Amino acid sequence: MATNTTALKGAGPVTGSRSFFARLSDGDEIARLVTLVFATTVVLITAALVWELWVNSSLPRQKFGFSFFVTSVWDPIMDQYGALPFVYGTMVTSAVALFFAVPLGIGAAIFLAELAPPRVSDALQFFIDLLAAVPSVIYGLLGVFIVVPVMRTVIYPALNKPFGYLPIFKGPSYGVGFMTAGIVLAIMVIPYIISVSREVLLSVPRDQREAALALGSTRWESTWKVVVPFAKTGIMGSIFLALARALGETMAVTMVIGNTPKIAASLFAPGYSIAAVIANEFTEATGDLYLQSLIALGLVLFLLTFILNGLARLLIVLTTQKGSEVGG
Amino acid sequence: MKRIAGLAIGVLALCAIVLADNALLINGAGATFPYPIYSKWFDVYHTKNPNFQFNYQSVGSGAGIKQVTEGTVDFGATDGPMNDDQLKAYQDKHGSGILHFPTVLGAAVPTYNVEGVNAPLNFTADALAGIFLGKITKWNDPAIAGANKGVSLPAADIVVVHRSDGSGTSYIWTDYLSKVSDEWKGKVSKGTSVNWPVGLGGKGNEGVTGLVKQTPNSIGYVELIYAVQNNIAYGSVKNSSGNFVKADLASVTAAAAGAAKEMPEDFRVSITNAAGKTAYPISSFTWLLIPQKFQDAGKRDAIKGFLKWMLSDGQGSVEALSYAKLPKEVVEKEKKAINNIQ
Repeated sequence: MATNTTALKGAGPVTGSRSFFARLSDGDEIARLVTLVFATTVVLITAALVWELWVNSSLPRQKFGFSFFVTSVWDPIMDQYGALPFVYGTMVTSAVALFFAVPLGIGAAIFLAELAPPRVSDALQFFIDLLAAVPSVIYGLLGVFIVVPVMRTVIYPALNKPFGYLPIFKGPSYGVGFMTAGIVLAIMVIPYIISVSREVLLSVPRDQREAALALGSTRWESTWKVVVPFAKTGIMGSIFLALARALGETMAVTMVIGNTPKIAASLFAPGYSIAAVIANEFTEATGDLYLQSLIALGLVLFLLTFILNGLARLLIVLTTQKGSEVGG
Repeated sequence: MKRIAGLAIGVLALCAIVLADNALLINGAGATFPYPIYSKWFDVYHTKNPNFQFNYQSVGSGAGIKQVTEGTVDFGATDGPMNDDQLKAYQDKHGSGILHFPTVLGAAVPTYNVEGVNAPLNFTADALAGIFLGKITKWNDPAIAGANKGVSLPAADIVVVHRSDGSGTSYIWTDYLSKVSDEWKGKVSKGTSVNWPVGLGGKGNEGVTGLVKQTPNSIGYVELIYAVQNNIAYGSVKNSSGNFVKADLASVTAAAAGAAKEMPEDFRVSITNAAGKTAYPISSFTWLLIPQKFQDAGKRDAIKGFLKWMLSDGQGSVEALSYAKLPKEVVEKEKKAINNIQ
């Protein structure tokens, strides 16, 4: 992965040796300009999005200021809006989702890429790609009809009886809540982690494995100590893709989270997420402050994604440096 | 070859329809609750008067009010009447007012799932307000048990379910609770979305129904039409005359008739907790929002014509779709009000 990108970057400056028109006539410059426009469009769309969200959320900024982030009352009648329960719900459900999806997804990817016979691997990959294409409302229905009852009648008693003294397992369960939403999200993001991680693992050069085996390591040792560290950046990338999906998921979450803007330590308690409240209340939001507060929530979600993505990049930079030291 | 020829003829026919259909287009947007009857009305009206084509988008009451105020649609529709601030905003922008025209009636009904109880339950106003405020927490509370003699209610915790999306049904429900409970009025008040003291939120009628069905000992509220069409059991509610009334088309129309005598000139009236022996107390009108002044005389005449038709022939078809029709007194009053459209 890493070597590929540096090679591509190197291809750019070579073109400088010939005149602009010469490059234009043989198509290189045209291709460069066209792709440059495409790449710029992405940046422009992002900038326009932030600008629109920022401009259309001026009222709550003036009225609540920073307290918008730290208050937890959401009352459209009294025109009081605070984002905290929604931010909390979004982060908790995404954390629960990654808690389940990361080990499961990476484990499955290692099996598919390293251990399974190629035919089995390809057949399974077909099913995984299918899972990734299922619309989120279907996952929501799955959550309502299967996860919710199982949560209330099986998982909750199993965890509440022995571990009920822990705050995260305390209190009653209605079936819907942070945990249920997190599990449904986990099911939704696992295909992303498996798909991307498997591709990354498969692209690890063969000589890396052979070198490890030649030095006398077992199959598992070569996989775990050589191949997986080599593919670490790509696997991280798959996790962040999954996180982005979990943070922004709307339909499936609103169907199983309970839609209650409250902060509770218990994972069985009902909660609310940013995307869910926007979807629920946007159409009937009558007052200007109300509507703009919902838009401000959109901006908060954008910021949250931005910050988490930034942290993710930082993590990659830090861990890859460590990796190369080991390699060197 | 045959297939291609057939396709070509089909496309040509479609073009012909589109070209021939140069009717005057009138756009509206708003409430989702009356959408089925509105779309049927506009369809029937178009076949009878091919010169006019009404296009209605069910984007929600709030969006309907917003769009008609901004002038992006010719008329709006809402489940809760516009408040004074909204009327003023319209007046400021357009220099003239906006009129409310009641079209049909709706109601919200309590639906529940109590373990071991199959008999239909009765609810008093105090019981409903107490449950939704989170003050009545057990099913065997005297406030509930007192109205249900002979039914053995469990000592289980009540799980409250409400709508999570902004909705006219929530408006009717909270409007009723505001009228019967001062505490509700002070703490929560009425609106399409409120800060619920307790409970889980379900998206849409189907979301509330799903949660109630799946959660033992829960109670929620849904639209009457949704409950009827999906065979969902619901309870009776005590009205202002002291009778327990089960919502149906007749009892909802009776609530409107009870309120008709004191109907204000602008039709902005709440008929929750209405007078009348057989009146169902959690009922409401739904309104079309028609600008008082039109720039386009063609559109004005089209809308006036539609309103006249809606109040006579149109009312005949509402019960087939489970809507309660307007009482006679209201229809007469509205017919006069049509003349205010200029």
